[in-house]
Amino acid sequence: MSAVTERPAPVVDPGDPRLRDRTTMRSFIALGILVALLAVLPFVLDEQSQTVAIRTLIFAIMAVGWNLMSGYGGMFSFGHAAFFGIGAYTSAYLLVEHDISPWIGMGAGAVLSAAAGTLIAFLCLRYRLAGAYFALATFAFAQVFLLAVQNIDALNRTEGFNVPILPEESWSMMQFDQGSPIYYWIPLGILTIGLAGTIWFVHSRTGQYVQAIRDDEVAAESLGIPVMRYRLITVALSCGFTSLAGAFYTQYYFFVGPEQAFGAAVSVNAIVPAVIGGIGTIWGPLVGALIVGPLSEWLTEVLRDPPPFLDFLQGLTGLDVAVYATLLILIVLFMPKGIYGTLRDRFRS
Amino acid sequence: MSDTVTGSQTRTEGRLRVPALPLGVTLAVVVALVGVYVFGQREAGLVTQSIATGLLLGGVYALVSVGLTLIFGVLGIVNFAQGAMLTLALYLVYTMTSSWGLPVYVATLIAIPVMYLFGVLVQTTLLNKLTLAGSHEGPMLITLGLSLLIANVLLMIYGGRPLKVGGSVDGSIHLFGAIASYERVIAFVGALLVALLLTVILRKTSFGMSIRAVSANAQGASLVGVDVSRIYGMTFGIGSACVAVAGGLMAPFLSLTPSVGEQFTILAFVIVVLGGLGSVGGAMVGGLVIGLVQTVGALYLPGTGSLILVFAVFVCVLFFRPQGIFGAKP
Repeated sequence: MSAVTERPAPVVDPGDPRLRDRTTMRSFIALGILVALLAVLPFVLDEQSQTVAIRTLIFAIMAVGWNLMSGYGGMFSFGHAAFFGIGAYTSAYLLVEHDISPWIGMGAGAVLSAAAGTLIAFLCLRYRLAGAYFALATFAFAQVFLLAVQNIDALNRTEGFNVPILPEESWSMMQFDQGSPIYYWIPLGILTIGLAGTIWFVHSRTGQYVQAIRDDEVAAESLGIPVMRYRLITVALSCGFTSLAGAFYTQYYFFVGPEQAFGAAVSVNAIVPAVIGGIGTIWGPLVGALIVGPLSEWLTEVLRDPPPFLDFLQGLTGLDVAVYATLLILIVLFMPKGIYGTLRDRFRS
Repeated sequence: MSDTVTGSQTRTEGRLRVPALPLGVTLAVVVALVGVYVFGQREAGLVTQSIATGLLLGGVYALVSVGLTLIFGVLGIVNFAQGAMLTLALYLVYTMTSSWGLPVYVATLIAIPVMYLFGVLVQTTLLNKLTLAGSHEGPMLITLGLSLLIANVLLMIYGGRPLKVGGSVDGSIHLFGAIASYERVIAFVGALLVALLLTVILRKTSFGMSIRAVSANAQGASLVGVDVSRIYGMTFGIGSACVAVAGGLMAPFLSLTPSVGEQFTILAFVIVVLGGLGSVGGAMVGGLVIGLVQTVGALYLPGTGSLILVFAVFVCVLFFRPQGIFGAKP
């Protein structure tokens, strides 16, 4: 369909099951080591850095979710805020209005999000929206959700939800002491599930079909692959997973409002790390998040207290986003496969 | 330009239906408005004022959308930076009026060529390679990055405090019981003139013919000696120049912040899809319809509620007639 989503080199040769198993195994082992390394970070980091790390993990979760649908599925979503927002609002609503544990709220949000995503994607695909039209439609749906939430009394309109703060730690209510490493391990756990899911998905029959459909829809259809069904499965996985980030977001920041949940900037936060790291690769979204998250934090830091030769930057707001926007443009121009994708190709050849 | 819709369309309409549809839409709008007067249970004066405001607002929307539709129709680029370019134009006008003391409309005349060059530069340096390769997502991501970049650079230079452009025409006119300020009427008339001028350029000049040739078939056009990448650059330039006109005409009644253009990006998409991507006339009609939907809808749905109506229209059009009112079959 385009230069960005078309990645001709298949991740594995599906013809050889032994090779497939070996690559899958290797990816899982890499994931295990990586997670073990990341899991000890809270013992090393100070509280400020841990906040950055948690935000980075939220970016990564969103990017991993987005990548499933847009990278592997080839259905470019500009409206992932819709699914992040459904996750955030469902868990917040259930907790605040009905006192239901955020763990259950998280699950409910994922189910609702997957259902909404499937319905939206079904409509878009049924009416054969592709490329730019598909992106615009998803964008519009996210905007509709934003406006709807702003106008529904039961969802507190523009005021959003404040999560009641409990006097003591509670596992069932997902509340811990400020700076507790558990706040870091929860998103890390979600991310691990997402990455493991992606590895499984990429190498599974479903995933292979989905990639075949992305690369050549007509050919896939003529081979008898039920195109719609496999696309919708991908969308459901992607949307359900993205909503977990939203649910955790509410829980961690104790607040969610329409803009934080459904704003266009949220969709951008899902897209940018994936593009910078590499669309349609397992590790790309993570690599992208690890760059974008700390980078914007570091820039904010520099602006707050600039070194002497950069004194003129003092107090300038906007530089952090400007820098990552520039990075986005440069990556799309010169490294269409993203940082991870480009490096991987270089090492292979 | 109505022969330039790209993207996926499923249905092929009979040739006769295309001219009938705009007429039908106009009739439907008129009937709906009469319905509001008769059964709407709102004061007639209030409705008249909403319609006047809606039409004037719609003209301004159309002005932003014309550039977007041209860029999409010819280059196939969904320009997410259209609103940010509008913001840029607004700040250009602001700087010229506040620092050099120029009148707003003179500043606009200067902003037009500046924005044209900016557009040409963006297209040739950032987008041409991907456009020529036929990529959709690449240019979309780049314009997204560009919109973030413009908004945040402006934030760095001017700060987030709302600014006001002064020194325009004061006063207002009364028509059928509705009040409209001169500034808004001038903006509306300017929008009409720009759309007319563009239509004439596209229809009558050889440059316009090259643009249409490239939008219909870039490869074919390049075979008969049209410099496709040059036409691409100029088209993006014209699309940006339209935004400069829009910025200049809107400056007197907008409060400037670095993110003021964002809302227009979203609305411009709606309008362009409604009117048919690539159709200048469609953008005008689409703009007016959306302006009316927003202001008349606001009589019943307070706050941002009326925008939901706008998006409902958008989604319906996208599904049932993705080529829009004026768009022809591919």
